[in-house]
Amino acid sequence: MTPARLSVNDVSVRFGGLMALEGVGLEVGDNQLLGFIGPNGAGKTTLMRVIMGIVQPVSGQVMLDGQDISKLNSVQRIHAGVALGQQIVKPLRAMSLLDNVALAFGGSKLLSPLRALSVRSRATEREAARAILSDVGLGAVTDKLPNEVPLGYLKRLEVARALALGPRLLLLDEPLAGLSKPEAGEMADLIAGLPRPGLSVVLIEHNLPQVLRVCPHLYVQANGRGLAFGPTDDVMAMPAVRKAYLGGEG
Amino acid sequence: MAYEIVVLTNMAISILFALSLNVITGFCGQVSLGHAAFLGIGAYTSAILSKAGVPLVVTFIPAMGMAALVGLVVGVASLRVRHDFLAITTMGVVFLFTGIVRKQDILGGEIGIAGIPAPEFGRIGLLVTALLCVLAYLLFVIRIRKSWAGFAFDSIAEDEDTARLLGIHVPRFKLFAFLVGTAGAGLAGALYAHQIRFIGPDSFGFVESISVLAMVIIGGIGSIWGVILSAALLSALPQFFQIIDDFKLLVYGLLLFGAMRFAPDGIDGLLKRLFRRAGGTR
Repeated sequence: MTPARLSVNDVSVRFGGLMALEGVGLEVGDNQLLGFIGPNGAGKTTLMRVIMGIVQPVSGQVMLDGQDISKLNSVQRIHAGVALGQQIVKPLRAMSLLDNVALAFGGSKLLSPLRALSVRSRATEREAARAILSDVGLGAVTDKLPNEVPLGYLKRLEVARALALGPRLLLLDEPLAGLSKPEAGEMADLIAGLPRPGLSVVLIEHNLPQVLRVCPHLYVQANGRGLAFGPTDDVMAMPAVRKAYLGGEG
Repeated sequence: MAYEIVVLTNMAISILFALSLNVITGFCGQVSLGHAAFLGIGAYTSAILSKAGVPLVVTFIPAMGMAALVGLVVGVASLRVRHDFLAITTMGVVFLFTGIVRKQDILGGEIGIAGIPAPEFGRIGLLVTALLCVLAYLLFVIRIRKSWAGFAFDSIAEDEDTARLLGIHVPRFKLFAFLVGTAGAGLAGALYAHQIRFIGPDSFGFVESISVLAMVIIGGIGSIWGVILSAALLSALPQFFQIIDDFKLLVYGLLLFGAMRFAPDGIDGLLKRLFRRAGGTR
């Protein structure tokens, strides 16, 4: 049997006296888009940070394609095939959009200063960056600086940069936040088109209508605990989910 | 003519020293307020070896090595602290260095080391050697700037966390910057010891660290040519104009203030703006 692309097993995180995550687990298969929802304070970003290796859990395990990556730091996880698009966009403002993405194509050059010193040309990486920027709809502004383009473009840049890392698992943390309704719709369509054999996507999002529209599977978390996991329609029909997430009557 | 040779040699040493700090602070974005300590480590290492009969050029290697070794230790400490905490940590290094030197008889204590042998190839030879050292270091830093190492440094200098998320091994690049920067300062120190032929703890204190930082800031943080121009000017002017020498700290302070207020990107940014404006009006 093929192992899941991502498998999070029984992860708990404690911040001082607060249990931020308690025994959570989820699985993402290959070529899958998983919507990850939950009310504020549910611990969604914390779980993302655990998967990225930024936050260390007190217990539990994170597996990528059957390999335990729990002991790897965040840079090692990125090179193992996990990428994160952050909620608050952080472009490198002194570089063009093209170079922001080309840098992410650096691969092993970014692990060793001596290897980096031995290579001057950026032509191949820029070529690849141009293609990805074009794929995310930024083909016309590749040479602009981040300060010269609107937020919607920077959100797309964040996705492009994460894709340039060549991930097998892409985590997107609220990529629709701050976008207008039409922009959010376009962005959601873009994200829906990302999964393919070899690439799975986890989308954390508060914009429920868009998540429900594009994600075939959902994982719901509340108060640091997993609440539901499965096909979107089934999950949204669960009384516990409606109660916890939507404040419904259950 | 002899005076001009001295001035030019001092200028070359200052350029080398400023370029070395530019790798750490300019390229990699790690503020260092204690860079003179590494100039001192190079100077003391070279002076002691030279007095023991080792040829000057041969002392360059241990001078750079010792400075780089201590630089690596400081670099490792820098991995844990950022911004103002890093500035204070590096400031501690220079006080630690002068404090230790003052108490060590083998290093001449308070009095310092006098009677450092004159370079075997004379004053002009020392100038030529200094210029060759500057050239070699310059070519190396240009290589860094143009390579993927410079590309990675740019991202670390702007935002370490984002650099990490792009897969950059930030600690290794930071240590590399400290290694290259402090080795360069060690080389400048070896030349300095044989130019002045007397060294004491006061030559490598906090004021000298701020002076070289002023050269980098006034030149334009991260700009190779701006820093060269600024280091050349700031090292030569006090030697030609007595009043600037008398009020050196005041002048440096005013220039720093002026740079931060009116030209945060230094001479480099100022010149680029001027050329752009001139190009635009054509």
